[in-house]
Amino acid sequence: MNLFLDALNFLFDPANLTGANGIVPRLVDHVWYTGLSMAVAIVIGIPLGLLVGHTGRGRNAVVALSSAARALPTLGLIFLIILYTGLGVGPLIVVLVILAVPPLLAGAYSGLEAVNRPTIDAARAIGMTEWQILLKVEIPLAMPLIFGGIRSATLQVIATATIAGYVGLTGLGRFLIEGLALRDYKLALAGAILVIALALCVDAILALAQRLVVPHGVARGLTRHPDESAAPTPRQHGRVSTAPSNP
Amino acid sequence: MIEFHSVTKRFPDGTLAVEDFSLVLPSRKTTVFVGSSGCGKTTLLRMINRMIDPSSGSIEIDGVDIASGSAVALRRSIGYVMQNSGLLPHRRVIDNIATVPLLKGVKKADAHTQAMELLDTVGLDRALAYRYPSQLSGGQQQRVGVARGLAVNPNILLMDEPFGAVDPIVRDDLQQELLRLQHDLDKTVVFVTHDIDEAFLLGDQVVILEKGAQIAQVGTPKEILANPASDFVASFIGADRGKRRLAVDSTVARSGDDVVLVDGAGYVAGVIEAPGGVLPGSGVGVGTNSRARSVSNKTDQAGDA
Repeated sequence: MNLFLDALNFLFDPANLTGANGIVPRLVDHVWYTGLSMAVAIVIGIPLGLLVGHTGRGRNAVVALSSAARALPTLGLIFLIILYTGLGVGPLIVVLVILAVPPLLAGAYSGLEAVNRPTIDAARAIGMTEWQILLKVEIPLAMPLIFGGIRSATLQVIATATIAGYVGLTGLGRFLIEGLALRDYKLALAGAILVIALALCVDAILALAQRLVVPHGVARGLTRHPDESAAPTPRQHGRVSTAPSNP
Repeated sequence: MIEFHSVTKRFPDGTLAVEDFSLVLPSRKTTVFVGSSGCGKTTLLRMINRMIDPSSGSIEIDGVDIASGSAVALRRSIGYVMQNSGLLPHRRVIDNIATVPLLKGVKKADAHTQAMELLDTVGLDRALAYRYPSQLSGGQQQRVGVARGLAVNPNILLMDEPFGAVDPIVRDDLQQELLRLQHDLDKTVVFVTHDIDEAFLLGDQVVILEKGAQIAQVGTPKEILANPASDFVASFIGADRGKRRLAVDSTVARSGDDVVLVDGAGYVAGVIEAPGGVLPGSGVGVGTNSRARSVSNKTDQAGDA
Protein backbone atom coordinates (compact mmCIF):
# COMPACT_ATOMS: atom_id res chain seq x y z
CA MET A 1 0.00 0.00 0.00
CA ASN A 2 2.95 2.29 0.52
CA LEU A 3 3.54 2.31 -3.17
CA PHE A 4 -0.01 3.43 -3.79
CA LEU A 5 0.26 6.21 -1.17
CA ASP A 6 3.58 7.30 -2.64
CA ALA A 7 1.93 7.50 -6.06
CA LEU A 8 -0.88 9.62 -4.65
CA ASN A 9 1.61 11.86 -2.87
CA PHE A 10 3.39 12.33 -6.18
CA LEU A 11 0.12 13.23 -7.91
CA PHE A 12 -0.95 15.75 -5.31
CA ASP A 13 2.44 17.41 -4.88
CA PRO A 14 2.06 20.86 -6.51
CA ALA A 15 5.73 20.73 -7.49
CA ASN A 16 4.97 17.90 -9.94
CA LEU A 17 2.11 19.66 -11.66
CA THR A 18 3.87 22.15 -13.87
CA GLY A 19 7.30 22.40 -15.43
CA ALA A 20 8.51 20.79 -18.65
CA ASN A 21 8.03 17.25 -17.27
CA GLY A 22 5.05 18.07 -15.07
CA ILE A 23 1.66 16.41 -15.02
CA VAL A 24 -0.25 19.25 -16.68
CA PRO A 25 1.80 19.60 -19.90
CA ARG A 26 1.91 15.82 -20.34
CA LEU A 27 -1.83 15.59 -19.74
CA VAL A 28 -2.42 18.31 -22.30
CA ASP A 29 -0.24 16.46 -24.82
CA HIS A 30 -2.07 13.21 -24.13
CA VAL A 31 -5.44 14.88 -24.69
CA TRP A 32 -4.09 16.54 -27.83
CA TYR A 33 -2.93 13.22 -29.36
CA THR A 34 -6.26 11.65 -28.46
CA GLY A 35 -8.35 14.52 -29.81
CA LEU A 36 -6.40 14.76 -33.06
CA SER A 37 -6.54 10.99 -33.67
CA MET A 38 -10.24 10.83 -32.89
CA ALA A 39 -11.00 13.77 -35.19
CA VAL A 40 -9.23 12.10 -38.11
CA ALA A 41 -10.76 8.70 -37.30
CA ILE A 42 -14.29 10.15 -37.10
CA VAL A 43 -13.89 11.90 -40.45
CA ILE A 44 -12.85 8.57 -42.00
CA GLY A 45 -14.85 6.00 -40.05
CA ILE A 46 -18.30 7.52 -39.53
CA PRO A 47 -19.10 8.52 -43.14
CA LEU A 48 -17.81 5.16 -44.39
CA GLY A 49 -19.92 3.32 -41.82
CA LEU A 50 -22.99 5.40 -42.72
CA LEU A 51 -22.44 4.71 -46.42
CA VAL A 52 -22.20 0.97 -45.81
CA GLY A 53 -25.18 1.02 -43.44
CA HIS A 54 -27.41 3.07 -45.74
CA THR A 55 -26.70 1.20 -48.96
CA GLY A 56 -26.09 -2.21 -47.40
CA ARG A 57 -23.19 -2.60 -49.82
CA GLY A 58 -19.61 -3.48 -48.94
CA ARG A 59 -20.57 -4.78 -45.55
CA ASN A 60 -18.42 -7.91 -45.80
CA ALA A 61 -15.38 -5.97 -46.98
CA VAL A 62 -15.72 -3.53 -44.10
CA VAL A 63 -16.12 -6.28 -41.53
CA ALA A 64 -13.02 -8.07 -42.84
CA LEU A 65 -11.03 -4.83 -42.90
CA SER A 66 -12.08 -3.94 -39.38
CA SER A 67 -11.12 -7.35 -38.00
CA ALA A 68 -7.74 -7.16 -39.73
CA ALA A 69 -7.11 -3.67 -38.35
CA ARG A 70 -8.02 -4.78 -34.85
CA ALA A 71 -5.50 -7.62 -35.06
CA LEU A 72 -2.59 -5.28 -35.90
CA PRO A 73 -0.17 -4.89 -32.97
CA THR A 74 -0.10 -1.15 -32.40
CA LEU A 75 3.39 -1.00 -30.92
CA GLY A 76 4.92 -3.03 -33.75
CA LEU A 77 3.11 -0.94 -36.32
CA ILE A 78 4.34 2.36 -34.92
CA PHE A 79 7.99 1.21 -35.02
CA LEU A 80 7.49 -0.01 -38.56
CA ILE A 81 6.15 3.38 -39.63
CA ILE A 82 8.91 5.24 -37.80
CA LEU A 83 11.49 3.21 -39.72
CA TYR A 84 10.17 4.80 -42.89
CA THR A 85 9.20 8.29 -41.72
CA GLY A 86 11.37 9.03 -38.73
CA LEU A 87 10.16 10.22 -35.36
CA GLY A 88 7.27 12.63 -34.99
CA VAL A 89 3.60 12.98 -34.18
CA GLY A 90 2.59 11.62 -37.61
CA PRO A 91 3.29 7.92 -37.02
CA LEU A 92 1.55 8.07 -33.64
CA ILE A 93 -1.58 9.62 -35.13
CA VAL A 94 -1.59 7.05 -37.95
CA VAL A 95 -1.55 4.05 -35.61
CA LEU A 96 -4.12 5.59 -33.28
CA VAL A 97 -6.42 6.28 -36.23
CA ILE A 98 -6.03 2.67 -37.40
CA LEU A 99 -6.98 1.62 -33.88
CA ALA A 100 -9.98 3.93 -33.65
CA VAL A 101 -11.60 3.45 -37.06
CA PRO A 102 -12.95 -0.13 -36.61
CA PRO A 103 -15.17 0.60 -33.58
CA LEU A 104 -16.41 3.82 -35.22
CA LEU A 105 -17.18 1.98 -38.44
CA ALA A 106 -18.93 -0.84 -36.59
CA GLY A 107 -21.00 1.59 -34.53
CA ALA A 108 -22.11 3.54 -37.59
CA TYR A 109 -23.09 0.64 -39.82
CA SER A 110 -24.62 -1.52 -37.12
CA GLY A 111 -26.51 1.56 -35.92
CA LEU A 112 -28.07 2.06 -39.34
CA GLU A 113 -28.72 -1.66 -39.75
CA ALA A 114 -30.66 -1.71 -36.48
CA VAL A 115 -33.11 0.94 -37.66
CA ASN A 116 -36.53 -0.57 -38.25
CA ARG A 117 -36.92 -1.22 -42.02
CA PRO A 118 -40.63 -0.27 -42.23
CA THR A 119 -39.78 3.11 -40.67
CA ILE A 120 -37.28 3.82 -43.45
CA ASP A 121 -39.71 2.52 -46.06
CA ALA A 122 -42.39 4.87 -44.72
CA ALA A 123 -39.99 7.82 -44.76
CA ARG A 124 -39.26 7.13 -48.42
CA ALA A 125 -42.93 6.59 -49.25
CA ILE A 126 -44.01 9.96 -47.86
CA GLY A 127 -41.44 11.66 -50.06
CA MET A 128 -38.13 12.03 -48.24
CA THR A 129 -35.03 12.10 -50.45
CA GLU A 130 -32.24 9.62 -49.72
CA TRP A 131 -30.27 12.38 -47.96
CA GLN A 132 -33.25 13.33 -45.84
CA ILE A 133 -33.79 9.70 -44.89
CA LEU A 134 -30.14 9.46 -43.82
CA LEU A 135 -30.00 12.77 -41.94
CA LYS A 136 -33.50 12.97 -40.45
CA VAL A 137 -34.33 9.32 -39.83
CA GLU A 138 -31.41 6.90 -39.93
CA ILE A 139 -28.74 8.93 -38.12
CA PRO A 140 -30.98 10.15 -35.27
CA LEU A 141 -32.27 6.62 -34.70
CA ALA A 142 -28.77 5.14 -34.94
CA MET A 143 -27.30 7.74 -32.56
CA PRO A 144 -27.04 5.46 -29.50
CA LEU A 145 -24.92 2.93 -31.41
CA ILE A 146 -22.90 5.56 -33.30
CA PHE A 147 -22.09 7.22 -30.00
CA GLY A 148 -21.28 3.87 -28.44
CA GLY A 149 -18.66 3.41 -31.15
CA ILE A 150 -17.21 6.86 -30.46
CA ARG A 151 -16.99 6.17 -26.75
CA SER A 152 -15.27 2.80 -27.07
CA ALA A 153 -12.84 4.16 -29.71
CA THR A 154 -11.96 7.12 -27.50
CA LEU A 155 -11.21 4.89 -24.52
CA GLN A 156 -8.98 2.65 -26.62
CA VAL A 157 -7.12 5.66 -28.00
CA ILE A 158 -6.58 7.20 -24.55
CA ALA A 159 -5.17 3.91 -23.28
CA THR A 160 -3.00 3.28 -26.31
CA ALA A 161 -1.69 6.86 -26.63
CA THR A 162 0.67 5.94 -23.77
CA ILE A 163 2.97 4.46 -26.44
CA ALA A 164 3.81 8.04 -27.44
CA GLY A 165 6.35 7.88 -24.63
CA TYR A 166 8.22 5.07 -26.45
CA VAL A 167 8.76 7.07 -29.59
CA GLY A 168 10.19 10.28 -28.26
CA LEU A 169 6.91 12.08 -27.65
CA THR A 170 5.42 13.01 -24.32
CA GLY A 171 1.96 12.35 -22.91
CA LEU A 172 1.07 10.47 -19.76
CA GLY A 173 2.91 7.42 -21.08
CA ARG A 174 6.21 9.13 -20.18
CA PHE A 175 5.51 8.58 -16.49
CA LEU A 176 5.08 4.87 -17.10
CA ILE A 177 8.22 4.52 -19.18
CA GLU A 178 10.38 6.69 -16.96
CA GLY A 179 9.07 4.91 -13.89
CA LEU A 180 9.91 1.50 -15.32
CA ALA A 181 13.32 2.60 -16.60
CA LEU A 182 14.29 4.17 -13.25
CA ARG A 183 12.63 1.39 -11.26
CA ASP A 184 10.62 4.19 -9.68
CA TYR A 185 7.39 2.20 -9.50
CA LYS A 186 5.56 4.97 -7.68
CA LEU A 187 6.05 7.12 -10.80
CA ALA A 188 4.80 4.33 -13.09
CA LEU A 189 1.76 3.77 -10.90
CA ALA A 190 1.04 7.50 -10.83
CA GLY A 191 1.13 7.48 -14.64
CA ALA A 192 -1.28 4.55 -14.79
CA ILE A 193 -3.67 6.24 -12.37
CA LEU A 194 -3.59 9.38 -14.49
CA VAL A 195 -4.45 7.47 -17.66
CA ILE A 196 -7.32 5.68 -15.92
CA ALA A 197 -8.63 8.92 -14.42
CA LEU A 198 -8.47 10.65 -17.80
CA ALA A 199 -10.32 7.77 -19.46
CA LEU A 200 -13.07 7.81 -16.84
CA CYS A 201 -13.49 11.60 -17.03
CA VAL A 202 -13.63 11.64 -20.81
CA ASP A 203 -16.15 8.80 -20.82
CA ALA A 204 -18.32 10.67 -18.34
CA ILE A 205 -18.21 13.79 -20.53
CA LEU A 206 -19.12 11.72 -23.59
CA ALA A 207 -21.97 10.09 -21.69
CA LEU A 208 -23.33 13.55 -20.93
CA ALA A 209 -22.90 14.61 -24.56
CA GLN A 210 -24.74 11.47 -25.65
CA ARG A 211 -27.77 12.50 -23.63
CA LEU A 212 -27.80 15.83 -25.42
CA VAL A 213 -27.34 14.41 -28.90
CA VAL A 214 -29.67 11.39 -28.82
CA PRO A 215 -33.27 12.44 -29.54
CA HIS A 216 -35.83 12.01 -26.77
CA GLY A 217 -37.95 9.38 -28.46
CA VAL A 218 -34.84 7.24 -29.03
CA ALA A 219 -33.34 7.83 -25.60
CA ARG A 220 -36.25 5.92 -24.14
CA GLY A 221 -34.60 2.86 -25.61
CA LEU A 222 -36.88 2.77 -28.61
CA THR A 223 -34.68 2.37 -31.64
CA ARG A 224 -37.38 0.05 -32.91
CA HIS A 225 -41.03 0.46 -33.47
CA PRO A 226 -42.90 -1.13 -30.54
CA ASP A 227 -45.09 -3.16 -32.90
CA GLU A 228 -42.06 -4.87 -34.36
CA SER A 229 -41.33 -6.84 -31.23
CA ALA A 230 -44.34 -8.95 -32.09
CA ALA A 231 -44.24 -8.56 -35.85
CA PRO A 232 -47.55 -9.82 -37.19
CA THR A 233 -47.54 -12.19 -40.09
CA PRO A 234 -49.33 -10.64 -43.07
CA ARG A 235 -52.25 -13.01 -42.86
CA GLN A 236 -52.75 -12.72 -39.17
CA HIS A 237 -55.48 -10.27 -38.43
CA GLY A 238 -57.77 -9.56 -35.58
CA ARG A 239 -54.90 -10.12 -33.18
CA VAL A 240 -54.90 -8.24 -29.93
CA SER A 241 -52.69 -5.18 -30.20
CA THR A 242 -49.43 -5.45 -28.33
CA ALA A 243 -48.80 -1.72 -28.40
CA PRO A 244 -48.81 -0.12 -24.97
CA SER A 245 -52.13 1.42 -24.12
CA ASN A 246 -52.53 4.76 -22.51
CA PRO A 247 -52.43 5.03 -18.77
CA MET B 1 -58.35 9.20 -61.98
CA ILE B 2 -55.60 6.59 -61.92
CA GLU B 3 -55.10 4.41 -64.98
CA PHE B 4 -53.01 1.25 -65.23
CA HIS B 5 -52.02 0.43 -68.81
CA SER B 6 -50.75 -3.16 -69.31
CA VAL B 7 -48.54 -2.94 -66.25
CA THR B 8 -46.16 -5.82 -65.60
CA LYS B 9 -43.72 -6.18 -62.73
CA ARG B 10 -41.06 -8.86 -62.61
CA PHE B 11 -38.76 -8.64 -59.61
CA PRO B 12 -35.00 -9.26 -59.99
CA ASP B 13 -35.39 -12.70 -58.40
CA GLY B 14 -37.72 -13.68 -61.26
CA THR B 15 -41.03 -13.45 -59.40
CA LEU B 16 -43.81 -12.22 -61.65
CA ALA B 17 -45.79 -10.13 -59.18
CA VAL B 18 -48.02 -8.32 -61.67
CA GLU B 19 -48.76 -9.49 -65.19
CA ASP B 20 -50.37 -7.26 -67.82
CA PHE B 21 -52.63 -5.36 -65.43
CA SER B 22 -54.99 -2.72 -66.83
CA LEU B 23 -57.63 -0.88 -64.84
CA VAL B 24 -59.15 2.55 -64.32
CA LEU B 25 -59.56 3.77 -60.74
CA PRO B 26 -62.22 6.50 -60.73
CA SER B 27 -61.62 9.83 -58.98
CA ARG B 28 -63.15 10.53 -55.59
CA LYS B 29 -64.06 6.88 -55.12
CA THR B 30 -62.56 4.17 -52.98
CA THR B 31 -61.04 1.29 -54.91
CA VAL B 32 -60.10 -1.76 -52.88
CA PHE B 33 -57.57 -4.35 -54.06
CA VAL B 34 -58.35 -7.57 -52.26
CA GLY B 35 -56.67 -10.95 -52.56
CA SER B 36 -54.59 -13.51 -50.70
CA SER B 37 -51.00 -12.91 -49.63
CA GLY B 38 -48.63 -12.74 -52.57
CA CYS B 39 -51.27 -11.91 -55.17
CA GLY B 40 -49.50 -8.65 -56.05
CA LYS B 41 -51.99 -6.22 -54.52
CA THR B 42 -49.38 -4.33 -52.49
CA THR B 43 -47.10 -4.21 -55.51
CA LEU B 44 -49.92 -2.55 -57.48
CA LEU B 45 -50.39 0.03 -54.71
CA ARG B 46 -46.70 0.81 -54.39
CA MET B 47 -46.39 1.34 -58.13
CA ILE B 48 -48.80 4.28 -57.87
CA ASN B 49 -46.32 6.33 -55.83
CA ARG B 50 -43.31 4.82 -57.56
CA MET B 51 -42.02 2.94 -54.55
CA ILE B 52 -41.84 0.18 -57.16
CA ASP B 53 -41.31 0.92 -60.86
CA PRO B 54 -43.14 -1.28 -63.36
CA SER B 55 -41.05 -3.51 -65.64
CA SER B 56 -43.33 -2.54 -68.52
CA GLY B 57 -46.55 -0.66 -69.10
CA SER B 58 -47.45 2.73 -67.68
CA ILE B 59 -49.52 4.36 -64.98
CA GLU B 60 -51.25 7.71 -65.46
CA ILE B 61 -52.74 10.04 -62.90
CA ASP B 62 -55.28 12.42 -64.48
CA GLY B 63 -53.75 11.67 -67.86
CA VAL B 64 -50.14 12.35 -66.89
CA ASP B 65 -47.62 9.50 -66.91
CA ILE B 66 -46.22 9.29 -63.37
CA ALA B 67 -42.80 8.28 -64.70
CA SER B 68 -42.40 11.73 -66.30
CA GLY B 69 -41.69 13.68 -63.09
CA SER B 70 -39.56 13.14 -60.03
CA ALA B 71 -40.48 10.25 -57.74
CA VAL B 72 -39.98 12.36 -54.61
CA ALA B 73 -42.36 15.09 -55.81
CA LEU B 74 -44.93 12.46 -56.75
CA ARG B 75 -44.73 10.79 -53.32
CA ARG B 76 -45.13 14.14 -51.56
CA SER B 77 -48.35 14.75 -53.48
CA ILE B 78 -49.89 11.40 -52.49
CA GLY B 79 -50.94 10.37 -48.99
CA TYR B 80 -49.58 7.02 -47.83
CA VAL B 81 -50.76 5.01 -44.84
CA MET B 82 -49.15 1.68 -43.99
CA GLN B 83 -49.88 -1.23 -41.70
CA ASN B 84 -47.68 -0.39 -38.74
CA SER B 85 -48.30 3.35 -39.02
CA GLY B 86 -44.67 3.90 -40.12
CA LEU B 87 -44.39 6.87 -37.79
CA LEU B 88 -40.93 8.18 -36.98
CA PRO B 89 -40.32 6.97 -33.40
CA HIS B 90 -37.98 9.85 -32.55
CA ARG B 91 -40.50 12.56 -33.40
CA ARG B 92 -43.54 13.67 -31.47
CA VAL B 93 -46.97 13.10 -32.97
CA ILE B 94 -47.30 16.71 -34.14
CA ASP B 95 -43.90 16.61 -35.86
CA ASN B 96 -44.78 13.32 -37.50
CA ILE B 97 -47.95 14.78 -38.97
CA ALA B 98 -46.12 17.92 -40.10
CA THR B 99 -43.21 16.01 -41.67
CA VAL B 100 -44.12 16.38 -45.33
CA PRO B 101 -45.43 19.98 -45.18
CA LEU B 102 -42.14 20.96 -43.50
CA LEU B 103 -40.17 19.16 -46.21
CA LYS B 104 -42.16 21.17 -48.75
CA GLY B 105 -41.16 24.42 -47.04
CA VAL B 106 -44.33 25.28 -45.12
CA LYS B 107 -43.57 27.50 -42.10
CA LYS B 108 -43.28 25.51 -38.88
CA ALA B 109 -46.03 27.45 -37.05
CA ASP B 110 -48.44 26.96 -39.98
CA ALA B 111 -47.57 23.27 -40.30
CA HIS B 112 -48.18 22.73 -36.58
CA THR B 113 -51.51 24.58 -36.62
CA GLN B 114 -52.61 22.41 -39.51
CA ALA B 115 -51.36 19.26 -37.75
CA MET B 116 -53.52 20.15 -34.74
CA GLU B 117 -56.55 20.49 -37.00
CA LEU B 118 -55.77 17.11 -38.54
CA LEU B 119 -55.79 15.54 -35.06
CA ASP B 120 -59.38 16.77 -34.79
CA THR B 121 -60.14 15.41 -38.26
CA VAL B 122 -59.02 11.89 -37.37
CA GLY B 123 -60.73 12.01 -33.98
CA LEU B 124 -57.71 12.28 -31.68
CA ASP B 125 -57.34 14.47 -28.59
CA ARG B 126 -55.04 17.43 -29.18
CA ALA B 127 -53.26 16.56 -25.92
CA LEU B 128 -51.67 13.61 -27.74
CA ALA B 129 -49.77 15.97 -30.06
CA TYR B 130 -46.74 16.14 -27.81
CA ARG B 131 -46.41 12.42 -27.14
CA TYR B 132 -44.08 10.05 -28.92
CA PRO B 133 -45.63 7.33 -31.12
CA SER B 134 -44.58 4.59 -28.68
CA GLN B 135 -46.78 6.22 -26.03
CA LEU B 136 -49.90 5.70 -28.15
CA SER B 137 -52.04 2.59 -28.61
CA GLY B 138 -52.00 0.77 -31.94
CA GLY B 139 -55.31 2.32 -33.00
CA GLN B 140 -54.15 5.82 -32.09
CA GLN B 141 -50.94 5.31 -34.05
CA GLN B 142 -52.97 4.34 -37.12
CA ARG B 143 -55.07 7.49 -36.76
CA VAL B 144 -51.88 9.55 -36.61
CA GLY B 145 -50.72 7.68 -39.72
CA VAL B 146 -53.92 8.72 -41.51
CA ALA B 147 -53.49 12.32 -40.31
CA ARG B 148 -49.96 12.35 -41.72
CA GLY B 149 -51.28 10.96 -45.01
CA LEU B 150 -53.78 13.83 -45.19
CA ALA B 151 -51.26 16.53 -44.21
CA VAL B 152 -50.42 17.65 -47.74
CA ASN B 153 -54.11 17.65 -48.66
CA PRO B 154 -53.52 15.05 -51.38
CA ASN B 155 -56.07 14.07 -53.99
CA ILE B 156 -54.97 10.47 -53.67
CA LEU B 157 -54.66 8.43 -50.50
CA LEU B 158 -52.92 5.04 -50.64
CA MET B 159 -53.66 2.68 -47.78
CA ASP B 160 -51.69 -0.57 -47.46
CA GLU B 161 -53.56 -2.84 -45.03
CA PRO B 162 -53.78 0.06 -42.59
CA PHE B 163 -56.05 -1.72 -40.14
CA GLY B 164 -54.44 -5.17 -40.38
CA ALA B 165 -52.60 -5.07 -37.06
CA VAL B 166 -55.21 -3.67 -34.69
CA ASP B 167 -57.76 -5.65 -32.74
CA PRO B 168 -61.25 -6.19 -34.26
CA ILE B 169 -63.03 -3.57 -32.17
CA VAL B 170 -60.48 -0.84 -32.94
CA ARG B 171 -60.49 -1.92 -36.58
CA ASP B 172 -64.23 -1.49 -36.68
CA ASP B 173 -63.86 2.05 -35.28
CA LEU B 174 -61.16 2.94 -37.78
CA GLN B 175 -63.21 1.59 -40.69
CA GLN B 176 -66.22 3.71 -39.69
CA GLU B 177 -63.91 6.69 -39.26
CA LEU B 178 -62.52 6.19 -42.75
CA LEU B 179 -66.04 6.01 -44.22
CA ARG B 180 -66.87 9.28 -42.45
CA LEU B 181 -63.62 10.91 -43.63
CA GLN B 182 -64.17 9.77 -47.18
CA HIS B 183 -67.71 11.18 -47.04
CA ASP B 184 -66.33 14.56 -45.89
CA LEU B 185 -63.10 14.78 -47.88
CA ASP B 186 -63.86 13.03 -51.18
CA LYS B 187 -60.39 11.65 -51.85
CA THR B 188 -59.43 9.06 -54.43
CA VAL B 189 -58.63 6.22 -52.06
CA VAL B 190 -56.75 3.08 -53.05
CA PHE B 191 -57.01 0.50 -50.30
CA VAL B 192 -55.29 -2.88 -50.03
CA THR B 193 -56.61 -5.63 -47.78
CA HIS B 194 -56.94 -9.40 -47.59
CA ASP B 195 -60.17 -9.08 -45.63
CA ILE B 196 -63.15 -9.38 -47.98
CA ASP B 197 -65.54 -7.91 -45.41
CA GLU B 198 -63.36 -4.83 -45.12
CA ALA B 199 -63.26 -4.60 -48.91
CA PHE B 200 -67.05 -4.77 -49.21
CA LEU B 201 -67.52 -2.27 -46.38
CA LEU B 202 -65.13 0.38 -47.68
CA GLY B 203 -65.02 -0.11 -51.43
CA ASP B 204 -67.01 1.69 -54.09
CA GLN B 205 -65.10 -0.45 -56.53
CA VAL B 206 -63.76 -3.80 -55.36
CA VAL B 207 -61.05 -5.59 -57.34
CA ILE B 208 -60.59 -9.25 -56.46
CA LEU B 209 -57.14 -10.43 -57.47
CA GLU B 210 -55.62 -13.82 -58.14
CA LYS B 211 -51.93 -14.65 -58.29
CA GLY B 212 -49.94 -12.32 -60.57
CA ALA B 213 -52.51 -9.57 -59.94
CA GLN B 214 -54.90 -11.19 -62.42
CA ILE B 215 -58.31 -9.58 -62.03
CA ALA B 216 -60.82 -12.22 -60.97
CA GLN B 217 -63.65 -9.70 -60.80
CA VAL B 218 -64.19 -5.94 -60.65
CA GLY B 219 -67.39 -4.36 -59.50
CA THR B 220 -69.36 -2.84 -56.70
CA PRO B 221 -69.81 -5.03 -53.62
CA LYS B 222 -73.40 -5.64 -54.66
CA GLU B 223 -72.48 -6.77 -58.16
CA ILE B 224 -69.83 -9.16 -56.87
CA LEU B 225 -72.03 -10.64 -54.17
CA ALA B 226 -74.98 -11.05 -56.49
CA ASN B 227 -72.95 -12.48 -59.37
CA PRO B 228 -69.61 -14.03 -58.47
CA ALA B 229 -67.77 -14.25 -61.81
CA SER B 230 -66.05 -17.55 -61.07
CA ASP B 231 -65.68 -20.34 -58.56
CA PHE B 232 -62.58 -18.55 -57.25
CA VAL B 233 -64.58 -15.41 -56.50
CA ALA B 234 -67.44 -17.38 -54.99
CA SER B 235 -64.99 -19.21 -52.75
CA PHE B 236 -63.12 -16.03 -51.86
CA ILE B 237 -66.20 -14.14 -50.77
CA GLY B 238 -67.47 -17.19 -48.93
CA ALA B 239 -70.57 -17.66 -51.06
CA ASP B 240 -69.81 -21.31 -51.75
CA ARG B 241 -69.97 -22.15 -48.06
CA GLY B 242 -73.21 -20.32 -47.63
CA LYS B 243 -71.58 -17.61 -45.54
CA ARG B 244 -73.42 -14.92 -47.44
CA ARG B 245 -76.77 -16.64 -47.63
CA LEU B 246 -78.59 -16.21 -44.37
CA ALA B 247 -81.75 -17.88 -43.17
CA VAL B 248 -84.05 -17.51 -40.19
CA ASP B 249 -83.19 -20.08 -37.57
CA SER B 250 -86.45 -21.60 -36.46
CA THR B 251 -84.88 -23.76 -33.76
CA VAL B 252 -83.79 -20.82 -31.64
CA ALA B 253 -86.40 -19.20 -29.45
CA ARG B 254 -87.16 -15.60 -30.30
CA SER B 255 -86.19 -12.99 -27.77
CA GLY B 256 -88.31 -9.89 -28.03
CA ASP B 257 -88.60 -8.57 -31.56
CA ASP B 258 -85.34 -10.04 -32.87
CA VAL B 259 -85.00 -13.14 -35.01
CA VAL B 260 -81.73 -15.07 -35.14
CA LEU B 261 -80.17 -15.59 -38.57
CA VAL B 262 -77.84 -18.46 -39.45
CA ASP B 263 -75.53 -18.89 -42.42
CA GLY B 264 -75.42 -21.83 -44.77
CA ALA B 265 -73.21 -23.83 -42.42
CA GLY B 266 -75.64 -23.33 -39.56
CA TYR B 267 -73.52 -20.86 -37.62
CA VAL B 268 -75.23 -17.89 -36.01
CA ALA B 269 -74.56 -14.85 -38.19
CA GLY B 270 -76.61 -12.13 -36.49
CA VAL B 271 -80.11 -11.03 -35.75
CA ILE B 272 -82.72 -9.15 -37.70
CA GLU B 273 -85.41 -6.95 -36.28
CA ALA B 274 -88.85 -8.46 -36.62
CA PRO B 275 -91.40 -6.31 -34.82
CA GLY B 276 -94.17 -8.55 -33.60
CA GLY B 277 -92.37 -11.57 -34.97
CA VAL B 278 -92.97 -10.54 -38.57
CA LEU B 279 -90.04 -10.10 -40.92
CA PRO B 280 -90.13 -6.77 -42.70
CA GLY B 281 -91.05 -7.74 -46.24
CA SER B 282 -90.33 -11.25 -47.47
CA GLY B 283 -87.37 -12.14 -49.65
CA VAL B 284 -85.30 -9.10 -48.69
CA GLY B 285 -81.67 -9.87 -49.42
CA VAL B 286 -80.37 -9.35 -45.94
CA GLY B 287 -77.25 -11.38 -46.60
CA THR B 288 -76.30 -9.42 -49.67
CA ASN B 289 -76.32 -6.05 -47.95
CA SER B 290 -72.76 -5.63 -46.81
CA ARG B 291 -73.54 -2.41 -45.00
CA ALA B 292 -75.71 -4.21 -42.47
CA ARG B 293 -73.01 -4.15 -39.81
CA SER B 294 -74.65 -6.50 -37.36
CA VAL B 295 -74.59 -9.10 -40.07
CA SER B 296 -71.25 -8.67 -41.79
CA ASN B 297 -69.43 -8.18 -38.48
CA LYS B 298 -70.12 -11.70 -37.47
CA THR B 299 -68.74 -13.15 -40.67
CA ASP B 300 -65.28 -11.63 -40.23
CA GLN B 301 -63.62 -14.99 -40.60
CA ALA B 302 -64.68 -15.13 -44.23
CA GLY B 303 -61.84 -12.78 -45.08
CA ASP B 304 -59.25 -15.37 -44.20
CA ALA B 305 -60.54 -17.76 -46.81
